[in-house]
Amino acid sequence: MRLFSRKKYTSIKVRKKDLPGGLWIKCPSCQEIVYKHEIESGQGVCPKCAYHFQISWKERLALLTEEGSFEEWDANLESADPLQFTGQVAYTAKLVESRKKSGLKDAIICGKARMGPFTVALGIMDFSFLGGSMGSVVGEKVTRLIERATANKLSVLILSATGGARMYEGMYSLMQMAKTSAALARHANAGLPYISILTHPSTAGVMASYATLGDIIIAEPHALIGFAGPRVIKETTREDIPNGFQRSEFMLKHGLIDLIVNRKDLKETLIRLLGYLSRSTPPAPSNQPIVEVSAPTTS
Amino acid sequence: MAHHSLSFEKPILELETKLKELRAFSEAQDIDVSRELSDLERKIVETKRQVFKNLTAWDEVQLARHPQRPYTLDYIGEICRDFVELHGDRHYGDDRAIVGGFAMLDTEAVMIIGTQKGRDVKSNVERNFGMAYPEGYRKALRLMKLAAKFGRPIVVMIDTAGAYPGVGSEERQIAEAIAMNLREAFLLPVPIIVTVIGEGGSGGALGIGVGDRILILEHSYYSVISPEGCAAILWRDRAFASKAAAALKLTSRDLLKAGLVDEIIPEPLGGAHTDPKGMAADLRRRLLYHLRELKQYSLDELLDRRYRKFRAMGVIRAESPSAGELTIKNEE
Repeated sequence: MRLFSRKKYTSIKVRKKDLPGGLWIKCPSCQEIVYKHEIESGQGVCPKCAYHFQISWKERLALLTEEGSFEEWDANLESADPLQFTGQVAYTAKLVESRKKSGLKDAIICGKARMGPFTVALGIMDFSFLGGSMGSVVGEKVTRLIERATANKLSVLILSATGGARMYEGMYSLMQMAKTSAALARHANAGLPYISILTHPSTAGVMASYATLGDIIIAEPHALIGFAGPRVIKETTREDIPNGFQRSEFMLKHGLIDLIVNRKDLKETLIRLLGYLSRSTPPAPSNQPIVEVSAPTTS
Repeated sequence: MAHHSLSFEKPILELETKLKELRAFSEAQDIDVSRELSDLERKIVETKRQVFKNLTAWDEVQLARHPQRPYTLDYIGEICRDFVELHGDRHYGDDRAIVGGFAMLDTEAVMIIGTQKGRDVKSNVERNFGMAYPEGYRKALRLMKLAAKFGRPIVVMIDTAGAYPGVGSEERQIAEAIAMNLREAFLLPVPIIVTVIGEGGSGGALGIGVGDRILILEHSYYSVISPEGCAAILWRDRAFASKAAAALKLTSRDLLKAGLVDEIIPEPLGGAHTDPKGMAADLRRRLLYHLRELKQYSLDELLDRRYRKFRAMGVIRAESPSAGELTIKNEE
């Protein structure tokens, strides 16, 4: 006699791919299953716990700027392969794959747009292109954005979403940190405002250059923000990683960022701040205080 | 000396041991072996030449990390006099992984700043293995601004695996410290000469690495990420570090070809550690040469050239048919 008898019924396994068109999403913060449409109409924020999902540059543009006011700059720049980098996968293959997957040419979109009464030079990084990494193209586009802003006396706003420097371009990538910071030195010298907005995640080489050089640094709730990744820190130092380490709230507590702003309040906050930072225009009229949101609880 | 050696140094060291034994033997027995001795000496030079002609990128990384390689304070001791070390960032502490102070380089009063490694357990604990915390970068910036205030040129030596990746670093905002140094370095109205003397580890190196001249000792490397880190990410195995080292194009020759450094300072055959005094003398000569060259520029010109130097770094492709691949390289 067999120790275990065969089941007398058939079980139907529901595979992930059988679910209709990804209608549901599990929130990584509260673990609730939420209707995808609800998230999309809610600006990429979990309706249950206010967790901020990553959203595309297009969604960000729509949230922040006046419709039809965006004029893209340097849309024609593409990454080359200066090192002829071949790892397990060649860089050129990665680029082709990433362009197809994201529909983008590289990890940042730059241009000019209107936000309320202000015209700003705006850069939006998109994590879906090679993890928002900074190679020559991102560095060049950010630098041109800042240089044009300096020449035209515009404020600069950059939304970061990045894993850092792009190692496929080796030292060319590292030097983009210096290049973008140099452009910001001139922009700052001209007395012009720069607001850096950190979204999930903002780390490494971009953080150690333009992302931390804002006159104002804003973060979305619960974004991962830091220089070295938590895994690297653990492996190198064997230190205990504190709770909530490298999240927006941690970085606010440790003095890096000026304020944490919920995505739905971001545009209004930016317009108000631009009012204070611009020499000629008075702050936008509004009586509502802008409150910092409390962070979603995390596992 | 023989107790720290790299695998490709072994044949050289074996011959050197043989030479020493033969010399001792001939002295003790009073036998003339001068012909054999000179043969052996010739063979040593020949072997060195062979070995050093065929170094891989990974070998270069090993040389840059050689435990006997001269460090910043060794060079400071050799190339200048009257060094006055200055400490602290005036906010948190004194990071011993970055040293700095005024010194006389020939007839020039300069500010020398560099990352400093330790040689044994005790000094490595003190120096945190040459990996600086935010306060190290803030000390460096304080000293650079001090130099600028009194019109003293800045000489920087880089030898670090990277900024320290620890909880304290993050709490005290290492990213902001590095970024601030990058931005402010473009506004300092004095000549800055940067030399990579060993390891040029990523943002931790660049954090003190903006200057008017970027020099590199022959067997140093400068990389966006450590070969081990790159291997762990792209090959999912640190054991592929030698492959990653080659792929990253991090050797002095690669960097010169890419226009990312201005000059390679050749090392003595066998590496800087086989003749530290000779190496230091050459470094001193090149520093003085560039210092005198940079002093010809007006301050506006100096800052403008510094900006344009870094502005030109990167390789991009413009989609419009006429543009083709655009390599922006150093104009100098």
